[in-house]
Amino acid sequence: MAKITMTVNGRQVSGTCDDRTLLVHFIRENLGLTGTHVGCDTSQCGACVIHMDGLSVKSCSILAVQAAGSSITTIEGLAKDGELHPVQAAFKAHHGLQCGFCTPGMVMTAVDMIARHGSGLDEATVRYELEGNICRCTGYHNIVKAILAAAAEMGGARQAAE
Amino acid sequence: MGVEGIGARVARKEDKRFLTGKGRYTDDMSVPGMKYAIFVRSPHAHAKIRSIDATAAKEMPGVIDVLDGRQLTADGIGNLICGWMIHSKDGSPMKMGAWRPLADQTVRYVGDAVAVVVADSVDEARDAAEAVVVDYELLPVVTDPVKAMADGQPQLHPEAPNNLIFDWQLGDAAATDAAIAAAAHVTEVKIFNNRLSPNPMEPRAALGIYDSGDDHYTCYTTSQNPHLARLVMSAFYNVAPENKLRVIAPDVGGGFGSKIYIYPEEIVCLWASKRTGVPVKWTCDRTEAFLTDAHGRDHISTAKMAFDSSNRITALKVDTIANLGAYMSLFSSCVPTYLYATLLSGQYDIPAIHANVRTVYTNTAPVDAYRGAGRPEATYLLERTMETAARELGISPAELRRINFIRSFPHQTPVIMNYDAGDYEASLNAAMGAADWNGFADRKAEAERRGMKRGIGMSCYIEACGLAPSSAVGSLGAGVGLWESAEVRVNAVGTIEVMTGSHSHGQGHETTFAQLVADRFGVPIDSVNIVHGDTDKVQMGMGTYGSRSGAVGMSAVVKALDKVEAKAKKIAAHLMEADESDIVIENGELKVAGTDKSVPWFQMALAAYTAHNLPSGMEPGLKEGAFYDPSNFTFPAGCYICEVEVDPDTGRTEIVQFVAADDFGNIINPMIVEGQVHGGLAQGIGQALLEGVHYDPDSGQLLTASYMDYAMPRADDLPSFKVSTSNTPCPNNPLGVKGCGEAGAIGSPPALINAITDAIGNNTLTMPATPEKVWAAAHAAN
Ligand code: FES
Ligand code: FES
Repeated sequence: MAKITMTVNGRQVSGTCDDRTLLVHFIRENLGLTGTHVGCDTSQCGACVIHMDGLSVKSCSILAVQAAGSSITTIEGLAKDGELHPVQAAFKAHHGLQCGFCTPGMVMTAVDMIARHGSGLDEATVRYELEGNICRCTGYHNIVKAILAAAAEMGGARQAAE
Repeated sequence: MGVEGIGARVARKEDKRFLTGKGRYTDDMSVPGMKYAIFVRSPHAHAKIRSIDATAAKEMPGVIDVLDGRQLTADGIGNLICGWMIHSKDGSPMKMGAWRPLADQTVRYVGDAVAVVVADSVDEARDAAEAVVVDYELLPVVTDPVKAMADGQPQLHPEAPNNLIFDWQLGDAAATDAAIAAAAHVTEVKIFNNRLSPNPMEPRAALGIYDSGDDHYTCYTTSQNPHLARLVMSAFYNVAPENKLRVIAPDVGGGFGSKIYIYPEEIVCLWASKRTGVPVKWTCDRTEAFLTDAHGRDHISTAKMAFDSSNRITALKVDTIANLGAYMSLFSSCVPTYLYATLLSGQYDIPAIHANVRTVYTNTAPVDAYRGAGRPEATYLLERTMETAARELGISPAELRRINFIRSFPHQTPVIMNYDAGDYEASLNAAMGAADWNGFADRKAEAERRGMKRGIGMSCYIEACGLAPSSAVGSLGAGVGLWESAEVRVNAVGTIEVMTGSHSHGQGHETTFAQLVADRFGVPIDSVNIVHGDTDKVQMGMGTYGSRSGAVGMSAVVKALDKVEAKAKKIAAHLMEADESDIVIENGELKVAGTDKSVPWFQMALAAYTAHNLPSGMEPGLKEGAFYDPSNFTFPAGCYICEVEVDPDTGRTEIVQFVAADDFGNIINPMIVEGQVHGGLAQGIGQALLEGVHYDPDSGQLLTASYMDYAMPRADDLPSFKVSTSNTPCPNNPLGVKGCGEAGAIGSPPALINAITDAIGNNTLTMPATPEKVWAAAHAAN
């Protein structure tokens, strides 16, 4: 058993878990943040993507103890003051989700993708970089559309701020 | 239509909770004292259980109990059943072998559950499951359905000699044979429809809670039809009577058919909760899902299509062998029969059709409905045959289809169905226009210069949705009626709750069903709540599959709205001292037509509940229910065109464009309909290009049990789609809707295979068209 402390969605949290506990299970079971999902056993589906120290990470492929001391954002921490994050808003506007199970991982991956590429993101890059996120419902068409729209909007917003 | 009414592109009400991590799926549920279940599963495809020794496992840390099939049998829990009776052509009933929720004597496929461990944590349960010692006596294995029917092969169930479940036929054999004998041309095709794993992204899960104080059970489960689950668990599996069993299917992360059935695990969780005295939760991992979720498809067929000298089809003869796996799943028998052979007329006027279907047990996972269920198999067979015939006859595939289209409605096919409406040429023209079919030759020549092989293919599909008229399916063997129920409750402040027996697991009912109410009463959809998925809140329902929620579920809502509207008008007329027939409802007000008199909707509702001033004899309150039983199936149809480029050096296929032109009748929310088509196309393209379940034929081991081995369509395997719709409204339901959930998966595989075979000039290619197969076929052709 290990006692670990980390910052999750801006708040310091601690908990006790087995050495073998995966970060995703620590987030879901110990912290009760069930927005992060488990869709596979082989690190392929991306339903579990979170941000750890600013990078998107599959939380099923890392032990909770390895995340001790880090700063984590989960899907629950993305919207601020009740306002959807622009990527969340774009998924809604463009019907980028159906059953919603892949959605938290898709959104966290998309936020990271847009942060790295900015408004220059194109369809081929979005499709290539979504390789690690599986959606069985949408055929990806509207997910791609939503990510491109969010990238354009966020790039635009950034330019306006500069 | 209004901004939120029928036909409006309304953003979904349910999205916010999914986008912010607030969805509530079964595995997210947690109740005090909850423990975790892990199943001990057979590692062998066929074996006798000599003994099960759980002594060591019970001593492991955190373990509460280990339960096995003998205890389950002793407690009187029943066998899993198939709920649709099919008779063989000799009149004998289908041969249903016993399926125990926990095998107590014989295991018949890898993954068959034999025991369950309940422990404080998942990890402790998993450790203990590994310590359960099961002594197996291995038996020989058969996974191939053709081989399974031969003499001397392993026998799965004593009830089914030669593993044959039924040998069934539909249509007129003599007329079909005569037409084939007299034909100017006969096209013969061998068709293999590959086995698939449905793979909703949310794995199955169940939480069983037994309350000894009230002798009452609650089951949270990943179900497309919680009421059916309650009915079957009560009536057949002897878990508990209906009044003592509440089934809740909360947010469900996709189903595609695989969550229709009642599986062993939810039964065992409920039973184990009573046995151990603690709530028991089980969540499938992905490998377990590959092993135990019902698979789809797996047909081997031959088709003979006869033509006269003017290229009109005169007959179709089909012989199909369907692999149903180790046990008969809940609807497994109707999929390769009444959901398959009844669609073999396609969009064509075919005077004589005969289909023979044999279903077979093998040592593989049970096979049942997967998105489309029977209709993709019929469409693939028919549209591959049409394409092959066009090539043999030397006429364009579009022309051959045009010659044979059904053009007047209603149209009675020789295989039961009575098509009510359609315009197949409109879809064909729309698709050919959107795909720039006429410009293909130039694009092919240009690709040729780059060393690429370009091909184009089409598919004209029809399907039957809106399952289904209860008396019709009853006469064909169904154990249940396929109506739907709804209840509309207007609260005293005018807000509205709609209880529906349909279940949403991605389809967006919380929005589209609310649009019906907004359209009718002019109230905002925010004031309407759609309640579903809980047997304590909704009295009865048949759930969501077969694209039935629009045509059947919404029709029930419409019927209930009619009754609410009638009563609301009576109340308003009374309040305004007007004639009931002069009342119109607009923008949330009840008005007297042609005057400036009106009562706001909420005030009418309040009057219904204060009951101070109601028409004499009227009951207080405003709440109406309805059951809707459809009078016919609905018949969505359309034309899909796929254009590909094959790299002759690698055999890799790139989809350069995919066009879908569908006729779904009237549309409630075009945004959601398009999303359904996109998702269906991805699954159909997945089947044609990537996906396939493989068992080792000697050991019966599943070789495709993870996302490392089973190729799911990823974003970079697919193009953006070009979708459009045309509309011939369905005359048989009040909304004129047909259903759109399965079309994409039904129509797309043949379009893609027709395109690839066109590109490589070799018609012999089986799904999935992997680069290796395409390369080999391309080079064999040269
Ligand atoms: S659960 Fe992490 S990638 Fe699938
Ligand atoms: S929305 Fe259902 S898996 Fe993506």
